[in-house]
Amino acid sequence: MSPRATTRLEPAKTNPDFIRNFCIIAHIDHGKSTLADRMLQLTGVVDARSMRAQYLDRMDIERERGITIKSQAVRMPWELDGQTYALNMIDTPGHVDFTYEVSRSLAACEGAVLLVDAAQGIEAQTLANLYLALENDLTIIPVLNKIDLPAAQPEKYAEELAELIGGQPEDCLRVSGKTGVGVDALLDKIVRTIPHPVGDPNAPARAMIFDSVYDSYRGVVTYVRMVDGSLSNREKITMMSTKAVHELLEIGVSSPEPEPTKGLGVGEVGYLITGVKDVRQSKVGDTVTTAMKSATVALKGYSEPKPMVYSGIYPIDGSDYPILREALDKLKLSDASLVYEPETSVALGFGFRCGFLGLLHLEIITERLEREFGLDLIATAPSVIYEVTLDDKKEVTVTNPSEYPTGKISKVLEPMVRATILSPKDYVGAIMELCQGRRGSMVDMQYFGTDRVQLRYDMPLAEIVFDFFDHLKSKTQGYASLDYEENGLAEGDLVKVDILLQGEQVDAFSAIVHKDKAYAYGVMMTTKLRELIPRQQFEVPIQAAIGARIIARESIRAMRKDVLAKCYGGDISRKRKLLEKQKEGKKRMKMVGRVEVPQEAFIAALTTDAEKKGKKKGD
Amino acid sequence: MAQLPKGETAPSDGLIPLVFDSSKNSFHAYVHIPYCLTRCGYCDFNTYTSTELGDTSQADYFELVLKEIDFSKSVLEKSGVPVRKLSSVFFGGGTPTLLPVQDLVSILKKLVEAFGIETGSEITTEANPDSVDQDYLKALKDAGFTRVSFGMQSAVPHVLKVLERTHKPENVSLNVQRAKGVGLQTSVDLIYGTPGESLADWRKSLEAAIAMDTDHISAYSLIVEPGTKLARQIKSGEVSSPDDALHADMYELAEELLTQAGFANYEVSNWAKTQDLESKHNVAYWESKDWWGYGPGAHSHVGGVRWWNVKHPAAYAERIHNEVSPALERELVDQENRHVEKVMLEARLAKGMDVSWLKDNGFGEAKALSELIADGLVDGKALIAGKLVLTLKGRLLADLVVRRLLGF
Repeated sequence: MSPRATTRLEPAKTNPDFIRNFCIIAHIDHGKSTLADRMLQLTGVVDARSMRAQYLDRMDIERERGITIKSQAVRMPWELDGQTYALNMIDTPGHVDFTYEVSRSLAACEGAVLLVDAAQGIEAQTLANLYLALENDLTIIPVLNKIDLPAAQPEKYAEELAELIGGQPEDCLRVSGKTGVGVDALLDKIVRTIPHPVGDPNAPARAMIFDSVYDSYRGVVTYVRMVDGSLSNREKITMMSTKAVHELLEIGVSSPEPEPTKGLGVGEVGYLITGVKDVRQSKVGDTVTTAMKSATVALKGYSEPKPMVYSGIYPIDGSDYPILREALDKLKLSDASLVYEPETSVALGFGFRCGFLGLLHLEIITERLEREFGLDLIATAPSVIYEVTLDDKKEVTVTNPSEYPTGKISKVLEPMVRATILSPKDYVGAIMELCQGRRGSMVDMQYFGTDRVQLRYDMPLAEIVFDFFDHLKSKTQGYASLDYEENGLAEGDLVKVDILLQGEQVDAFSAIVHKDKAYAYGVMMTTKLRELIPRQQFEVPIQAAIGARIIARESIRAMRKDVLAKCYGGDISRKRKLLEKQKEGKKRMKMVGRVEVPQEAFIAALTTDAEKKGKKKGD
Repeated sequence: MAQLPKGETAPSDGLIPLVFDSSKNSFHAYVHIPYCLTRCGYCDFNTYTSTELGDTSQADYFELVLKEIDFSKSVLEKSGVPVRKLSSVFFGGGTPTLLPVQDLVSILKKLVEAFGIETGSEITTEANPDSVDQDYLKALKDAGFTRVSFGMQSAVPHVLKVLERTHKPENVSLNVQRAKGVGLQTSVDLIYGTPGESLADWRKSLEAAIAMDTDHISAYSLIVEPGTKLARQIKSGEVSSPDDALHADMYELAEELLTQAGFANYEVSNWAKTQDLESKHNVAYWESKDWWGYGPGAHSHVGGVRWWNVKHPAAYAERIHNEVSPALERELVDQENRHVEKVMLEARLAKGMDVSWLKDNGFGEAKALSELIADGLVDGKALIAGKLVLTLKGRLLADLVVRRLLGF
């Protein structure tokens, strides 16, 4: 017999005692979306017919990569001991780039399901989010997922979880999102153990925005958690950070399709539509109040999104520049953390310098630009923000290596992170070697259970943004997981390495690197370019230089032969078509001085070897 | 021509929608003989080593060609193309001389019957040095053939072995002398840049060819065509990939030795003792004259329409038997593309292109031309005198020059 609720509690009139707000904390491929799907099915809000895998992941990319980019909230009815409850599940992003969004989602909940893959154990990302959840005083329900897998070791990881959050290994629920085993027990436990929300129904309304999504038909859809008071349809609301006033055109709950309601009351989770077209007018973390009877104190924790990583994004076909501009403008509507400004590169033409929360964010944005807007793009190597002080005390902020000042430099500050790496103990040596090679200094090392180790390192962010994760994965056969948090600025012994083709500097290849690594970078790039740039009719020297000092040099021999020996009757059509193809190919050539460089060479030179092996997918 | 180009489907009646009036153009015939004894490792030509293919056999292959000749005559008439006498005929393959000489003679006779032939026309067949003898060559001469082109490729055994050429090197010289003896013009084809071939090996081949005192020599750099055995051997590392700097050195050596021996280069890959001894048939291709190509996979060009026959002999036979045009696909070459072709083909010729034509048709931008001189790719004096002529360096980079002229 299904314990599915026969009636639902009416939104806006629900007693907070019967509301449970929870989220699921999980590592990137530990099966969160699959578990969420099963809950939707079990509570009856989605019938089996309209069920599709990972229902909540709306965007193609999310579904394909098996990761959740934008969080959503779903209201589900559940009955226990004769009482109907409203469960609000807030689906949080599972990646290190979206920590701020995660923190806001957590702030909207009273409890969290800590979901761990029973075959893999806890990962660094899970720890990071668990830490955030504990900081928010959430009640934690430990759950082992994928117990149907042959490789599952539930006993082992139950002990690990008990050790981590207290309690007994038996308290740890065992479920399979795939088969549905244990999911009903989990829903029961959510009702029993997670506290109901508490708020003052008579105080001025305060609702926290934990997500803000742009929908091309409806404009911005804002997801909120009511803390105090209530909001009603057609009411005028105020965003407390900007004081902007909007009219509520629609208010409702997701179940999981939007269902308009008369309003939202204390403890409820739902959505607001005001007709604004830009998520920047409805920022995650902001507090919504009513215009008539405004709250005076905003809810805690709001902060502006801050880009950590910059990259130049250029259309391969220069005439696509206006399309790229429009595409970025559109994406900006749904992603308040994306920042960009026009940039020109000698080598790549017109493009945009874009700021991202992290590498995954960069990848997702470029992928969306290519997929949703049909663009072919080149992204330059990711760079962090450097604070450069010149000898004359002038200070410059550098987000693009080619803007690195040429004058006498007295000090360069670079952003640091504290990286947490979790791995089976066998790989400790390899990880230490990798981190030390990336200018990391160890903070501590801690055993976790019997065979897992947590290593913490302070490292320059710059060392992480370029292929660190790929190397970490390959050195640990995919077992290590990584999380990092900002950790201030530190002075670095850095230099800018330029790459010159026939004496002409190619701005897209300039990099700011540690002094000790300049030579290696120079050799790597010159060697790579020698392989990638086709021979020209003249010899092309490729040099790496720090200022005027050449640190590495290669050269591309002159091409001496470019002629088809035979060109008779049957060759003519083929040959002309080859010429046409070469003409098309020429459009993809960029001229650096008189040197023709194929776009592919830029792309390949800017891609790390690990990336080329293909991108990983989630569950 | 491993793969046929891509074009529009050709109609079953074969009618030619003339793009321009080519009635002033000379008319030529190419006959493809798609048979060889063995397939060479580098070869991607349309040729077959089996004598029986589907319902067709090597023994009655010539009858198919005779039928296509009837068909071509009627198509040309129905398409409103005035019938012109042939100005050259060329038998290629494959190995034309694998057929009994009588087969080649019947085909030639039929062509002459159908179209007539201009006096003094060049009539060539390609020949494998092992598949002809004194009688065969005599019979060719008696039937009106004027020229034999031998596939020599190399004089060096280890090079021939990599190429999988089975002929005996001494037979080349022997048969060249016999051909000369019966009064035929002679040419030999050489290949350079074979894996394992040194510059010294190449010099030996050149010297051997020169010693035969032929009228004409063609020298082609080896092109490793995808899908050939050689391509697979290079991929697997069994043999090393030919190096293009060595290719260039070999080409320069050919130019040096052949010039010394009294040959003059008249097209990138072709040298002749005198202008009269140039291959008129090949020049006709380069000057976009009209020709009909007979046989499977053969290409034709009449009045701006290029078409090509189905590739497989069995498919070809079926069409011929059913009196359906053997043309698989075609393309109508518009004026812009004709200009592209003209630059692509004529820039390769030693006599050069008229600079005034280039300028009139938008290919002679002064800056581009002066850069070509500055880069040593075209002859500056000739250009000032009104002709675009490639230098030796320019011949080796002819495709690059063509792209720069076309602005591609």
